[in-house]
Amino acid sequence: MSINITEGNSLREYNITVYSENSVGLSGRITGIFTRRKINIESLNTSPSEISGIYRFTILICQSYCVTQKLLRQIEKLTEVIKVYCHTDEQVVWQELALYKIPAQATKAARVDLEKILRIYGTRAIALEDNYTILETTGQRQESKKMLEVLSPYGLIEFVRTARIAIIKESSGFIEKLREFEAGS
Amino acid sequence: MQTAKKKTAVVPANTTREISGAVAILEALVAEGADTIFGIPGGASIAIYDALYDYGDRLKHILVRHEQGAIHAAQGYARSSGKVGIALATSGPGATNLITGIADAMIDSTPVVCITGQVFAALLGTDAFQETDIINISGPITKWNYQITDATEIPSVLAKAFYIARTGRPGPVLIDITKNAQLQLFKYSGYTKCNHIRSYRPKPIVRTSYIEQAATLINQAKKPMVIWGQGVILGNAELEFQAFIEKSGIPCAWTLLGAGAIPSTHPLNMGMLGMHGNYAPNLLTNECDLLIAIGMRFDDRVTGRLDLYAKQAKIIHLDIDPAEIDKNVAATVPVWGDCKETLPLLTKLVQYKDYASWMATFARYQQDELEVVIEEQLYPGTGEITMGEVIRHLNELTMGEAIIVSDVGQHQMITARYARFNHSRSNITSGGLGTMGFALPAAMGAKYGATERMVIAVAGDGGFQMNIQELGTIMQNKIDVKIIVLNNRYLGMIRQWQELFSDSRYSFSDLESPDFVAVAAAYRIPGKAVHQREELCTAIAELVAHQGPYLLEVLVKREGNVFPMVPQGYSLSEIRLK
Repeated sequence: MSINITEGNSLREYNITVYSENSVGLSGRITGIFTRRKINIESLNTSPSEISGIYRFTILICQSYCVTQKLLRQIEKLTEVIKVYCHTDEQVVWQELALYKIPAQATKAARVDLEKILRIYGTRAIALEDNYTILETTGQRQESKKMLEVLSPYGLIEFVRTARIAIIKESSGFIEKLREFEAGS
Repeated sequence: MQTAKKKTAVVPANTTREISGAVAILEALVAEGADTIFGIPGGASIAIYDALYDYGDRLKHILVRHEQGAIHAAQGYARSSGKVGIALATSGPGATNLITGIADAMIDSTPVVCITGQVFAALLGTDAFQETDIINISGPITKWNYQITDATEIPSVLAKAFYIARTGRPGPVLIDITKNAQLQLFKYSGYTKCNHIRSYRPKPIVRTSYIEQAATLINQAKKPMVIWGQGVILGNAELEFQAFIEKSGIPCAWTLLGAGAIPSTHPLNMGMLGMHGNYAPNLLTNECDLLIAIGMRFDDRVTGRLDLYAKQAKIIHLDIDPAEIDKNVAATVPVWGDCKETLPLLTKLVQYKDYASWMATFARYQQDELEVVIEEQLYPGTGEITMGEVIRHLNELTMGEAIIVSDVGQHQMITARYARFNHSRSNITSGGLGTMGFALPAAMGAKYGATERMVIAVAGDGGFQMNIQELGTIMQNKIDVKIIVLNNRYLGMIRQWQELFSDSRYSFSDLESPDFVAVAAAYRIPGKAVHQREELCTAIAELVAHQGPYLLEVLVKREGNVFPMVPQGYSLSEIRLK
């Protein structure tokens, strides 16, 4: 695993990237490593990776460096995990997607306002139905938080936000590493 | 008498023919070199058992009385033989009854493969009869697990299971096989052993720079101390370990599961570490200038209070499992790798030094312990029989040649402290999990794993009753296991804690037991009870000489305590002799 994080015992956000086989039950084994220490996972995303058949978990935790290092080694020990990386927020580019459902009458009554919101906040309207409107933002935590504030006067019906996904700035992809593992070196 | 049949697979490897999933399971076991399976049939494993009916000449199946007996027997087999132990159970309660033993195998790194039957794949998740989600239940306590729902997966998955269980840091693997997969016919084209999984790296790569750094620290040290654990035994590195300490001349001490890796009487062996370990190595852990930890994991029972553990010392940690490095104790130099490979590299670079004055410090503390604790424990002379004198007689009669399987509690600590082991794989006990009830079934398994050796189970009156039903297995299979029950009519270790830390408020630790000799007799196992010191030596001699299973109950000191003791949460420096 890459140890390129500043030393310390203070809590901070760590973005853990896990490359693994695609196997049933692996997410349970991974989350178990956190839950047995009563550590909350801030967000967890699974997705395909740049390599066909290899899955990628993006896990966000708020922990000390020391504890995080122990967790990383225990994740990497799992039979179906190939490699684990850990990065601070500065070492990754990350995004979250959020969806907001508001009543249609609100948008009708304040059409001008809504257009302004779309323009100012880079928000997209992805569904305009007779009785509701669905908006979408992609960005970081403060953007979705801000949108919640902006939309609350219109009466928010539903809100949902995805887990964080992150791309490692310095990574040149996993394919070389995978070849090493396939060769058993 | 039948002549022994050649142990070959029923199905020729190079032909393709249809076999059932159940047969494929047994073919895998045979191909993996298994000779003994411990289990109980049930509704969801009945197809495997039907196939097993025709495999009697290649696979010995031992019918246990409870699945916990099967898994502990498989552990005992693995521990005495170094091979993978196998337990076979049905779905639902059969599978859940394995759980304690699986957890025990996980924490003690014992290679076992558990095969559980499961309901038909079509019924999964429907709360079917005897359905339980054993994959999720066993997840945190297995090195790997997998559910097979199609027979074609059986050969490759079982090959993976055995490979994962025995390689690297060993551990338990559970394979859950649905009934339809057991019954399903498929085209079988032989069994190929697994030797590589891309996502699994059994051993970390050895870094020579760390070996060199470690050697430098060792050669500079004035008061070095080696502490070793079961990793030396699991890595079959006993000779490499002995060569290392003999070349360097460094005194060494062992964890509970490390006992026996070198002979108990070796001049560099300074005894046991931890809560009830020896006085000298515990105290000197906090005085040495270099601690060389080999195949051990700094369990809290070994370290005591962690923030006061060996703070003055530099630490070299040799371990095959990277997750153990820096987990509890930060290593000055981590030596990742299999100690069978790393120890010889280190031995080459270390110089012999005479640590006479350092060794004399050990001797001084040993003398203190001898006078205050050991004399009284081994040679009490008058009063009630002590556990220690039972073990002393056993040593004298077996000359350290026996495999001793101890249960959990006071007698376990006394056995570990005083039993003599001439050979590796002679000390079998539940270390990390502390599973009472372990000894009796584990001793059965140990006997199958080392048929030529004498196996003696030592249990307390509490633990013995936790798997007492396995007397039935011993009876039916005439397993030559000698049983010593050290009966103090208490859950002794709990009583000791209550005496020392709860003002002798003996809350539910007072135990009334049946007549153990009569219970054994009901299982047609001969035995004897000893109440007087004068009868003790003869009775143990009878036990040792007896052909076949035998039970000896010894009524021991009712309120005896195990000392030395490092009270929980205290530093090793606060170890008490009384």
